[in-house]
Amino acid sequence: MANHSATHPKHVHHHFVDSNQQFESAKLGMWVFLVNEILFFGGLFCAYIVFRAWYPELFTQAALELNTFWGAVNTVVLIGSSLTVAMAIRSAQNNQKRGLEINLLITILLACVFLVIKYFEYEHKLHLGIAPGSFWNPTPEIAAVLDHPKANIFFGIYYMMTAVHGLHVIIGIVLMVWLYLRARKGHFNSEYYTPVEITGLYWHLVDLIWIFLFPLLYLIE
Amino acid sequence: MASLSKTENTAQITPKKLKVKRFVPLENPINTYLTDEKGIWAWLTTVDHKKIGLMYLGAVAFFFALAGFLAIALRTELWTPAKTFIEADTYNQLFTLHGAMMVFFVLVPSIPAALGNFILPMQLGAKDVAFPRLNLASFYIYAFGAIFTFLSLANNGFDTGWTFYTPYSSDTNSAGIIWVTLGVFILGFSSILTGTNFITTIHKLRAPGISWDRLPLNVWALYATSIIQVLATPVLAITILLLAMENILDIGIFDPALGGDPVLYQHFFWFYSHPAVYIMIVPGFGIISEVITTFSKKTIFGYWAIALSSLAIAFIGFLVWGHHMFTSGQSAVATTIFSFLTFLVGIPTGIKIFNWVATLYRGSISMKTPMLYVFIFIFLFSIGGFTGIMLGALSVDIHLHDTYYVVAHFHYVMMGGTLIALLAGLHYWWPKMTGKMYNEPLAKTAAIFIFIGFNVTFLPQFIMGAQGMPRRYYNYIDQFTPFHQTSTIGSYILAVGFLVILFYLVHSLIKGQKAGPNPWNSRGLEWQSNSPPDFHNFSHTPVVIHGPYDYHQPMEEFQLGLAVDHEYGDEQDKVAAEAHASSATETTEA
Repeated sequence: MANHSATHPKHVHHHFVDSNQQFESAKLGMWVFLVNEILFFGGLFCAYIVFRAWYPELFTQAALELNTFWGAVNTVVLIGSSLTVAMAIRSAQNNQKRGLEINLLITILLACVFLVIKYFEYEHKLHLGIAPGSFWNPTPEIAAVLDHPKANIFFGIYYMMTAVHGLHVIIGIVLMVWLYLRARKGHFNSEYYTPVEITGLYWHLVDLIWIFLFPLLYLIE
Repeated sequence: MASLSKTENTAQITPKKLKVKRFVPLENPINTYLTDEKGIWAWLTTVDHKKIGLMYLGAVAFFFALAGFLAIALRTELWTPAKTFIEADTYNQLFTLHGAMMVFFVLVPSIPAALGNFILPMQLGAKDVAFPRLNLASFYIYAFGAIFTFLSLANNGFDTGWTFYTPYSSDTNSAGIIWVTLGVFILGFSSILTGTNFITTIHKLRAPGISWDRLPLNVWALYATSIIQVLATPVLAITILLLAMENILDIGIFDPALGGDPVLYQHFFWFYSHPAVYIMIVPGFGIISEVITTFSKKTIFGYWAIALSSLAIAFIGFLVWGHHMFTSGQSAVATTIFSFLTFLVGIPTGIKIFNWVATLYRGSISMKTPMLYVFIFIFLFSIGGFTGIMLGALSVDIHLHDTYYVVAHFHYVMMGGTLIALLAGLHYWWPKMTGKMYNEPLAKTAAIFIFIGFNVTFLPQFIMGAQGMPRRYYNYIDQFTPFHQTSTIGSYILAVGFLVILFYLVHSLIKGQKAGPNPWNSRGLEWQSNSPPDFHNFSHTPVVIHGPYDYHQPMEEFQLGLAVDHEYGDEQDKVAAEAHASSATETTEA
């Protein structure tokens, strides 16, 4: 454990030959992890495809209950946060401590905005009795519009997909706060910014999945 | 890509420019990974891949004993056609628990997480896996998943069978099913992290000189396994999550009463669980390749054929899941295609068997215990494989589906394959892991017990399965009594075999003779270190100038190489390396 020689920089773990090998390993590891994230969501997308093929009219009908405006706002918010996280990486590469901190903070802020909007969307749905599974108890007006016997299946899938995605956003926020605290202590510079880079990769995937969820759930005609 | 070019650079220049000395491992190492840090706490918080591997090995052995004990109870219950000593409901819970524990707690992590963790970095000449802390985390996630499974037992248990088929699993009121599905969900993360770790390690942490065509076949097998783990396990995770939500919230995706589709669950489940049997068996293939060359003293026959057939199995394995559902009401077209694709898996597997047999041809074979297990493996796994082809055949499967024939087939490939390969690997690497030898005659006796016990247990199951005995049944008609009783007797013989193994392995830990660094005279990189290895595996950065199976050169000329003046190594390494170099027998300018 304590075998660090003078030539070994502090951030390089004992089992790596050099900083570069560590960086490349971390990056490859994150890419492999992202592949399995895609397959994780792939199961949900697969369920979506099956049920949309079975009940196409249900999906077009039920999608009208989703608020396209706020969905679109959330899409813009997340794309914006992807930009700021990319800028954060750039700042770290250029040794701009201040830029790194600010960009991370903006990213955290945008992620929180996304969650708040999502919260109000959920809140509104639950208020109307559009709840998942056995809690399904729509108000008479909603029931009149959504007169499909399997209507709860669409929302079952909707809640599963957005909740699992929301969980990923929360994990992203936690990671970003951790990065921010480390950035403030000056842990990152052009020599070492691996955590910023791989968290950025993760964040882009979270963003990308939303970009698929938004049209699939909100924009069905 | 900068580091890659750098590594390649090292690989190119080291053997030419640097002075390469032959490294001679120490006969009696004083500093080993076992003496490096002591005490329970040091073990529990270690990030050393060797210790984590041993911790996994202990956990796997524990669950194997537990699930094996359940199997003995089940076989005893089946001694008579009616009730022997346990109730029908208990019986249902016990076979479910036996299946779930053996699959998720024993077979999946057994070879990759236990033996692979120990051996993989050593075969690559690395100091550790790419992400040591993640490696430790994966062990605790595994333990955490196990706790959830035990919690399910405290909550009415579960009796769905290890496949958790809907709608029974989504409708049953037992709280146990929620706990166990969460347990399996958590366990999946452990598997994913190990896979991610291994892929990165193999890509980025190879010692100078280990090009892709010098990778030991065990590494190729673990690589293929890791790919399956990363691609298949997340699908199980989401399936299990949906199942739990179905059970808790009735979201209606799998439950036909709510408009869902139970066959969709089966598709999801087998999309993971079919590749999962390759997660279990492919690393076993890797061990067989290693052991068979070492004890034949001969270069492996068809290196690339074996290496690439592992990847081929990983690939084709993803396309055959529908053969579990021939009677589930999927379309006739899909059924036919899945049946055809299933036959394709036989090809790369057959390629491996033929290459192993060709390796034996004119080798100088020494019948040590690991080699004995290799022969047992080839015999049993061939039976398992051929019966698998029969089950993949559409018309035959309609008759044999859900009978003891399937049970026997599955045990021939999983126990006769994976577990026997695990035993081969365990006996092969035991001297490396512990530095001690085990009692060879006793080990051979145990192997023979296991071979006989196994066949006595499972051969009758083929026959009664073909005659129509359904699996998972508590009662049976009288005509099957002799088969069931033979099978039960066989399971006792098996148990004796495993007890003997337990005895002499513990004995070897306490009183075993010193093994020395390379008791088998292997050319594998992992054998060129001390036994037990020191904390960093090698006290130097090994420079590999030979393939792992270069048996055509005599051992005296065989050189692993050692770069004394390598520029990247630790200062302490350098000191240690120089100390070793002074004890080296010869110095060459490569």
